[in-house]
Amino acid sequence: MPKSGSNYAQPSGDGHFGQYGGRFVAETLMHALDELQAVYEEAGSDPKFEAEFNHYLANFVGRPTPLYFAERLTETLGGPRIYLKREDLNHTGAHKVNNCIGQALIAKRMGKPRIIAETGAGQHGVATATVAARFGMTCQVYMGVEDIHRQALNVYRMKLLGAEVIPVHSGSKTLKDALNEALRDWVTNVDDTHYIIGSVAGPHPYPALVRDFQSVIGREARAQCLEAEGRLPDTLVACVGGGSNAMGLFYPFIDDPEIRMVGVEAAGLGLATGRHAAPLNDGAVGVLHGNRTYLMQDDDGQILETHSISAGLDYPGVGPEHSLLKDIGRAEYDAVTDDAALDAFRLLNRTEGIMPALESSHAVAWVVQRAAELERGQVVIVNLSGRGDKDIHTVSELDGIEL
Amino acid sequence: MSRIGPTLARLRDARRTALVPFITAGDPSVEATVPALHALVGGGADLLELGVPFSDPEADGPAIQAASERALANGVTLRQVLELVADFRARDTATPVILMGYLNSILAMGESDFVERAAAAGVDGFIVVNLPPEEAGTLRTAMSARNMDLIFLAAPTTTDERLELIDGVASGFIYHVALKGITGADHIAVSPVAANVARLRRKTRLPVLVGFGIKNGAMARAVAEHADGVVVGAALVSRMGEMAGRAGDIPAMLSGAVGEIRRALDA
Repeated sequence: MPKSGSNYAQPSGDGHFGQYGGRFVAETLMHALDELQAVYEEAGSDPKFEAEFNHYLANFVGRPTPLYFAERLTETLGGPRIYLKREDLNHTGAHKVNNCIGQALIAKRMGKPRIIAETGAGQHGVATATVAARFGMTCQVYMGVEDIHRQALNVYRMKLLGAEVIPVHSGSKTLKDALNEALRDWVTNVDDTHYIIGSVAGPHPYPALVRDFQSVIGREARAQCLEAEGRLPDTLVACVGGGSNAMGLFYPFIDDPEIRMVGVEAAGLGLATGRHAAPLNDGAVGVLHGNRTYLMQDDDGQILETHSISAGLDYPGVGPEHSLLKDIGRAEYDAVTDDAALDAFRLLNRTEGIMPALESSHAVAWVVQRAAELERGQVVIVNLSGRGDKDIHTVSELDGIEL
Repeated sequence: MSRIGPTLARLRDARRTALVPFITAGDPSVEATVPALHALVGGGADLLELGVPFSDPEADGPAIQAASERALANGVTLRQVLELVADFRARDTATPVILMGYLNSILAMGESDFVERAAAAGVDGFIVVNLPPEEAGTLRTAMSARNMDLIFLAAPTTTDERLELIDGVASGFIYHVALKGITGADHIAVSPVAANVARLRRKTRLPVLVGFGIKNGAMARAVAEHADGVVVGAALVSRMGEMAGRAGDIPAMLSGAVGEIRRALDA
């Protein structure tokens, strides 16, 4: 759903965002990707598809989500006026479900009765399991055993929703390995299976398709900001793992060059330690999981193990469109550490009564760190991409409390 | 020029099916690879496929994933893989060597640097699993300029339209993936392979080699009725994986295993 008359027309017809993106997969999947693209394009020009998508967003997901003025956080920081886009209030607790509804409708249109997905934090897995239950599709979710341990609550939620969670023991046993395993499943069962990729990553058309489904976030935020402030925001802030919540917020503002867009990666234990998940800050261009993008890799092109306290950001790549936005300078990408994200997590609990996901806490942390530099009274929208209930065990363990 | 085309032409004239074993470079040790390659040739291999280990081998099944992990644990890099090929060439200048791996290994070295080093080492071709024709432009041109073949895959899901696209860029041979799946997957059924190879032959004059799921002599023989050659990988690699601590026995095992398939093909 690119805007007509936009100066920014990405990706190209063959799925490239500048030098990034593309379609780097085994031949077996090429036809399925062609088919997905064709069905998606056809759906995009069908008003009935849009109406159905909007129907489920309104009545099943609970959209629009509020653009909430964080009054006490604003007072505490004493700088910019901070608004939170409350994606945490979506059904299933994060922005992931927007994309899952869209892709489930696409799968239905393609007549594919089986859904697979990869998940890191489990938010995308839960959202996928939820839509699969709603549309009567069988669902298997690949998840690294490391993440299964970190996110036991979401694992159990997926099981209750009727999905099978398949533990992935290969490699670093986290999100990237779950993605490898999902690709192996898809290549084997491509006839009856649709793979719901959860981020703006993967081979074309996924980065564009997921962005388009997620851009409901930015469209709502734009209208809500105009209503609340009588003008557009000055700065947008979102965390970036694969980068779908950030793309969803940024995209409808991309033609407004005066609006600053900030993606916040996971600096983990610190960029200098190498123990992080910040390829846009400290990575090199390569090809992984179907697209060309910035990656964390060694000199031989082997993908490095990443570290973040947040399972959802613990990924060595990033959506190819972010790589382009970085290179052309339309967006900037910073990184905050585990510790800063944890502090922001606690701060938002106490000042606003809102428990953010550790992923989203990275975006909050950036504003906390930069509030003093930001002009007083400028309007900042932070994408609160998910809620933090799933992270209580991680945080309580750090506090030495056994739940 | 690449040894692949002439080798396959000679085999076709002799009505002999090309036998192409696959092992992963650096598995189970860096020192084991060159003797293993010679043993494969001694057992009856016509061409060799040498896997370049990658951290995220998304098209490979458990056997080759494990082989990759063992090789990476030995610290094997693409630069070293090319050195191993050069070592192999000291004693064998005839047998084509085809690398198989993932694009990021090449990109990290740099496309032109890779092409120069590979040509100098005596590499004949590269099967880049995650590089479809649409994205292959610059690498294909650079390899072709140094007389190496970029080998493309065709799958059961590949449409006739795509087969034409693949034929338009392919050289050496076309690697037909026998099944929808990953390397070392379940046993394959011969009749769909026959139908898909026939469909492919209507679009290409290049030799067609079949791989993925061929585990033993009987299966190789059945597939050989329809193909110019067969690739056997995971079955060999998993046997190598079981021989930890007995690395000295690997060459004999490999030449024995390849010999069994050779006899089945020639019977």
